[in-house]
Amino acid sequence: MVVDQLRAQHSEQEIDRLFQAFADTTRRDIVRRVTVGEYSVSGLAALYAMSFAAVQKHVAVLERASLVAKEKRGREQIVRANHDGLQRARRLLDEYEVIWRQRADRIADLLAETATAKPGRIQAGNTKTSKTETGKSKDRKGLS
Amino acid sequence: MTVVSSVKNLEALSLTVVAEFDAGVERVWQIWEDPRQLERWWGPPTWPATFEKHEFVPGGEASYFMTGPEGEKARGWWRFVAIDAPHRLEFDDGFADDNGEPVADMGTIHGLVTLEPIGDRTRMTVLSTFEAEEQMEKIIAMGMEEGMNGALGQVDAILAESVSA
Repeated sequence: MVVDQLRAQHSEQEIDRLFQAFADTTRRDIVRRVTVGEYSVSGLAALYAMSFAAVQKHVAVLERASLVAKEKRGREQIVRANHDGLQRARRLLDEYEVIWRQRADRIADLLAETATAKPGRIQAGNTKTSKTETGKSKDRKGLS
Repeated sequence: MTVVSSVKNLEALSLTVVAEFDAGVERVWQIWEDPRQLERWWGPPTWPATFEKHEFVPGGEASYFMTGPEGEKARGWWRFVAIDAPHRLEFDDGFADDNGEPVADMGTIHGLVTLEPIGDRTRMTVLSTFEAEEQMEKIIAMGMEEGMNGALGQVDAILAESVSA
């Protein structure tokens, strides 16, 4: 497959990191929280039944995937959402949505076509407004 | 528009697409049940799909390939998880190797399709959930290519349609 088109916009490593980052429920929860507010690493650690070090590791994975950014403020490490990284994840889902929109259009075309291909032919060019139910016909040539 | 709404869940890596069609539920079910109809819309015109196996029963398997403009083939597999005709279909979708065998570490997309009547029309909801695996980008890359090539094919189809109308 021509993966180049995607690679032109997102490096392979970048995308690997992105999906790895999302593969864990704690990390997804951290992303959800920091998109609505700032948290310190210790503030996050208090929320989960795991060690500070474990939470710090999760934050590091998210940071490498460019989903969050860390900032030193006094003695605290503040975690914020990295909106560019989140945008990229959204774009990937957007691209998948395009696929389904086009599939739906092809299905509509296919359904319109079989509506006119029946013996009691409906006028061509007016298939989309036809309310004729052809679904109960025996048009199942694909199934032997 | 055929697609009436779509919802993306970034955290769950899922996409829900709702489409409405001018046909009854039984008729729309056929586009999934009948491999000859399925292959007319699963791949874009530039990457048409051919289903070699399509065991449309719970636990059944399907195998297909898509043929590119240069004759290159991309293979995929489905496993039908649950089938409740003509309203509900659940299946897993993934990559296959040249022999049609599932490539285990490539990740899968879980699909849940529901059909509901709205008068004499049909509302189809497709929920796709990605397994967030490191090689998932390939599935999306494939989809993206589909999307781009498909977009061009779609323009042709629209032009052809307006000429014949």
